[in-house]
Amino acid sequence: MDYSFIIYKFTLATVILIISLVVAMYATLIERKMAGFFQDRHGPNRAGKFGILQPLADGLKLFFKEEFMPQSADKFLYILGPSLTMLIALLTSAVIPWGSSIVIGGTEYSLQIADINIGILYVFAILSIGVYGIMIGGWASNNKYALIGAIRAASQMISYELAMGMAIITIVMMTGTLSLGEIVAQQHGFNWNVWYQPLGFFLFLVCAFAETNRAPFDLPECETELVGGYHTEYSSMKLGFYLFAEYINMFISAAMISSLYFGGYNFPFMDDLGLSHNALSLLGSLAFFVKITFFGFLFMWVRWTLPRFRYDQLMRLGWKTLIPLAIVNVIITGLVLMIKNHM
Amino acid sequence: MTEEKKTYTFTTRSKVVSNKKMTFMEKIYFPAIIKGMLITFSHLFKKKTTIQYPEVKRNIAEIYRGKHVLKRDDEGRERCTACGLCALSCPAEAITMIAAERKADEMHLYREEKYAKVYEINMLRCIFCGLCEEACPKEAIFLTNEIVPSNYERENFIYGKDKLVEPMDKDKRIDISKRQTTAVLEFKKDKNQSHNN
Ligand code: SF4
Ligand code: SF4
Repeated sequence: MDYSFIIYKFTLATVILIISLVVAMYATLIERKMAGFFQDRHGPNRAGKFGILQPLADGLKLFFKEEFMPQSADKFLYILGPSLTMLIALLTSAVIPWGSSIVIGGTEYSLQIADINIGILYVFAILSIGVYGIMIGGWASNNKYALIGAIRAASQMISYELAMGMAIITIVMMTGTLSLGEIVAQQHGFNWNVWYQPLGFFLFLVCAFAETNRAPFDLPECETELVGGYHTEYSSMKLGFYLFAEYINMFISAAMISSLYFGGYNFPFMDDLGLSHNALSLLGSLAFFVKITFFGFLFMWVRWTLPRFRYDQLMRLGWKTLIPLAIVNVIITGLVLMIKNHM
Repeated sequence: MTEEKKTYTFTTRSKVVSNKKMTFMEKIYFPAIIKGMLITFSHLFKKKTTIQYPEVKRNIAEIYRGKHVLKRDDEGRERCTACGLCALSCPAEAITMIAAERKADEMHLYREEKYAKVYEINMLRCIFCGLCEEACPKEAIFLTNEIVPSNYERENFIYGKDKLVEPMDKDKRIDISKRQTTAVLEFKKDKNQSHNN
């Protein structure tokens, strides 16, 4: 392992970290803009042109806000909560293939930070730790609203993770690999997984909404009932971390959906363009970001359209609809694969 | 004996609650969700209803009840005689005043022998009901179609005479004739009433 390799990985990680942060930062602005547009308003438009400086102003405000901690809070856990949430939100981006590869001076540089062969398992492991950030934060605040929010978050995430996992299993069965890089590479051109797994995609999408705690599944926050849910007692940048992590999660979920079901960096007719490998890679990354943008928009679109589920409806949907559907999907996929192998 | 079942409607829009089971199509939520999303999507392109406030202002009626003015009479003397009726009638208790006696050399400043040395309205308490205007026997206080501007300090919302009394300059006087009914305007023409000159 030479130095250039380490430097290249380090640069790539930094670039992706910065991109995730900037995207999350501007996602807050876009979200507010979209909310405005959906409601016939303008959204923020005072800080800079089209409110372009709004995220900076918000960030600055959060930094200068009073650092408040409830007296009865568990100090260590109280700080651990948001830190963990932020850390976990950022960790997933390591295995997502942001592009195919770039050739510089005869060496091929992959545009994926770590193509570990159990990429999907890694994502799941990280996702399931994600609930701890919220749970710990809600518990440490020593506030009943925060605690209820945290409990809801925990039960919701656990229930929806099951269906999500089973939706992905079908992808694993189809592709025969757990590596995200490999899964994306198999969807070359227009050969996207969504054509084979429409139900799986749909299940995954619904679960992704639930996993990111966004409307219509935003019960952990649920302003109308729980003040602010698990982050009721948080202020200043600690609150900022929670809010920020939500947008990073949204970004990562959009990236996951795009790479698992919509071909990641692949786009139709990519072989007919006659472009060099590097140009094609860049174009592919661009296509990937277009897909991510679309799903990001979908997240916002749904949020500003649908009302929140009631808690029992949420649980019923998760356990009685999504999980059976996911199981049926697994069985059908298994049957089709078996028939195919025997023909 | 069978009692006739009545359904009461309280408004034109009221609906009878139905507890009927959802059909399969309704249960899978999807058609409804798509419908809703299309509706919100169509709003992306609708005209925005926002009025960009400091740059664009909404038209206000001329008889709007906004910031108060303390009127002067034709000779530029303050009309208010510090009778306190406005303060008494004020439901929000927003008005306070301190009365003083007019000196011989102040004849050109105050119309009556007694005048308000201090006259303050707390604009944060005021509910702009206009009862002060109605109570005033001297036609000294009126509400105008101006808006009380925002401010960062609470103290600055206590408007003293410096902000309330209209300017001496005849052209800069604030026109409140729109707020007076035709009956009042008719009455004002009667110069036999000492009130009106
Ligand atoms: S408008 Fe009403 S509330 Fe305001 S000062 Fe006059 S009487 Fe009081
Ligand atoms: S404004 Fe009118 S009611 Fe109020 S103290 Fe002056 S004269 Fe009396």
